Amino acid sequence: MSEGLYSMEAKDFDKTLDLTKIKPYGDTMNDGKTQLSFTLPVPAGDEANEAAKQLMKKMGFENPLVVYSKELTEGFTFFNCYGSCTHTVDYTTIHVPKVESNTMDMHECDEYIREHIGRKIVVVGASTGTDAHTVGIDAIMNMKGYAGHYGLERYDMIEAYNLGSQVPNEEFIAKGIELHADALIVSQTVTQKDIHIKNLTELVEMLEAEGLRDKVILICGGPRISHELAKELGYDAGFGMNTYADDEASYIAQEMVKRGMK
Amino acid sequence: MQESKLGLDFKKVEHARGVAKKIADQVQDFVGNYTTVAVERTICRLLGIDGIDANEVPLPNVVVDELKSKGLLGQGICFFMGNAVLETGKTPQEIAEAVSNGKLDITQLPVHKAEDIKAALKPYIDANIDRIRTRRKRREHYIETIGEGNKPYLYIIVATGNIYEDVVQAQAGARQGADIIAVIRTTGQSLLDYVPYGATTEGFGGTFATQENFRIMRKALDEVGEEVGRYIRLCNYCSGLCMPEIAAMGALEGLDVMLNDALYGILFRDINMQRTLIDQYFSRIINGFAGVIINTGEDNYLTTADAYEEAHTVLASDFINEQLALLAGLPEEQQGLGHAFEMDPMLENGFLYELAQAQMLREIFPKAPLKYMPPTKFMTGNIFRGHIQDALFNIIGQWTHQGLQLLGMPTEAIHTPFMSDRYLSIENAKYIFNNMKDIGEEVEFKENGIVRNRAKKVLDDATQLLEAMESEGLFTALEKGIFANVKRPKNGGKGLDGVTLKAENYFNPFVEIMKGKK
Repeated sequence: MSEGLYSMEAKDFDKTLDLTKIKPYGDTMNDGKTQLSFTLPVPAGDEANEAAKQLMKKMGFENPLVVYSKELTEGFTFFNCYGSCTHTVDYTTIHVPKVESNTMDMHECDEYIREHIGRKIVVVGASTGTDAHTVGIDAIMNMKGYAGHYGLERYDMIEAYNLGSQVPNEEFIAKGIELHADALIVSQTVTQKDIHIKNLTELVEMLEAEGLRDKVILICGGPRISHELAKELGYDAGFGMNTYADDEASYIAQEMVKRGMK
Repeated sequence: MQESKLGLDFKKVEHARGVAKKIADQVQDFVGNYTTVAVERTICRLLGIDGIDANEVPLPNVVVDELKSKGLLGQGICFFMGNAVLETGKTPQEIAEAVSNGKLDITQLPVHKAEDIKAALKPYIDANIDRIRTRRKRREHYIETIGEGNKPYLYIIVATGNIYEDVVQAQAGARQGADIIAVIRTTGQSLLDYVPYGATTEGFGGTFATQENFRIMRKALDEVGEEVGRYIRLCNYCSGLCMPEIAAMGALEGLDVMLNDALYGILFRDINMQRTLIDQYFSRIINGFAGVIINTGEDNYLTTADAYEEAHTVLASDFINEQLALLAGLPEEQQGLGHAFEMDPMLENGFLYELAQAQMLREIFPKAPLKYMPPTKFMTGNIFRGHIQDALFNIIGQWTHQGLQLLGMPTEAIHTPFMSDRYLSIENAKYIFNNMKDIGEEVEFKENGIVRNRAKKVLDDATQLLEAMESEGLFTALEKGIFANVKRPKNGGKGLDGVTLKAENYFNPFVEIMKGKK
């Protein structure tokens, strides 16, 4: 299965870096070399390997190589593969809207709050509306945190209140007022039929009606939330995949300082 | 006296164990006077009450909520149910249905003599006690005839949310070499104050624990176990607000391993400490009787607290959990006391400290099938380094004869495992377990070296912590945030309103039967 591993073939492609047409780098500019692994629901064998290669060609890989395959259980075969990617991306035109803050770790963040705000900041979080999932808000709020990032409850300088799931927007706002929240965090996991959009919009409208919108930092988060979407809906920031409590804590603290909230 | 490869002073160990016993006894003095809605619902299930009403409320909840709403929970369900059986001649299931339909008020019936009430329940009690005994014997028969994997048992999780998809993943895992399949529960089930009913195909990050799902998976594992010639154990989560109910359902359906730790629920799920320690006592009695290995959750302390600094809290908690289990009649051979390989991989000589701690726990709890948890906190998405971290973890598992090796996945912190992730992890463990099989018998640790000194220090620190807790008790220690740096108030958290003092007619016949005769 090692045909091509020590290929002496001439590398007859343009080896200069062009940021308008970037592709993966193995050991030579523009070689496109990519490593990938996947499982196909077929038994191991020559046909399986051929299927893997054909699939890679459809993915846009030239010279697909199956370097290892193994039947995991009857009818499922795992592949380790290499290939040369034919697609390119124009790096020069990429624009990603970002939350404008520097992420600090928990200790740095506590220190920052101590120094610049001088009191504990109050953060109230919930999974609102009909959404019964606590996984997102727990990942941000709970002591244990997520993926090695401590939750807000663990921060010395943050008083974190996790209201749990299925919290109606009215109740969420009432609790925010009662606790003198500096920031409100809404988690939305369920996105079927865009239910999260309706729910998130309703909260903004209710806050505006009560004249509270400018008095708090309003954040939403969830696997289908982007900063861009959040801004569109009238939130101050949005946090999607691969963001953690420290990202949100850092943003809240820096935004409070920026706004002069004491 | 036991030989120690670490030069542990076993007199110190016995002293620490004695202090832990006093702490556990104080907890038991409290627990013995109370019951909870979950305990009473468990008794309903053990009397054969099952099914749901038109609103999908489980009948055990219907019956117990009826008593609670009338302020009669403290008399216990056995008193009212035994009396109703005697008065109506119906079975507990029929009575529960009648209560659910509003056709019967079991609190308004003429009261019979206590011994007659007890006698009326006997056939129903015996039926399920026999069923649990039969389940236990069935497991023992399987292990005698088709055999089981070597320790450390390879423990993997499935978590598709769909029990039928879980079956496919679980059978694949068993064929690849797994000895224990844990079906992760859906997010948030621990906070439900009822157990959902029937087979389920939707969950988030896991699958609902229901009695029907237990049955489906048990059957699938028996099939694949016969195919591969190895008994495959089934694990679920006997924690949260339905702790003893899940224990009962698991006992009835032949589960083999249960996560079962009140401290975990208190610290990480904010469940009220009184509620869950009362629930835990009954659940451990059931698990003990059913031959189920429990797993305790000390490993989780190290996901919030530092694994190097706080190692002694794990040992202290293991000591307490050992004593609480013994008080519930759950023997050492079923105590999967928890710990974890969670030190920062950048720590110099971190491997030696981990090795010292794992060997120390092995020697302090020689009969316990220790539950060893893989690295999670410092798994970063770099799957290649993660695979090596898991390899170091596996080396220690084999070296120090851990009981249950929870396999780490290179994709930890990314997604619930793919079929291929499990394959890579099992391959990793099997390679190391075989290639380093007898290293533990070949290597001793030098006097005054890093390993011996580390073990000594952790034992000394744990002993000091236990001594400090002895005077103030476990409840106060939890309020002060001794474990995992998490503070929980005695009257805070979820589920306290389901706790009540036992009243004069209270009895729970299962405690005596299950603790008395195996």
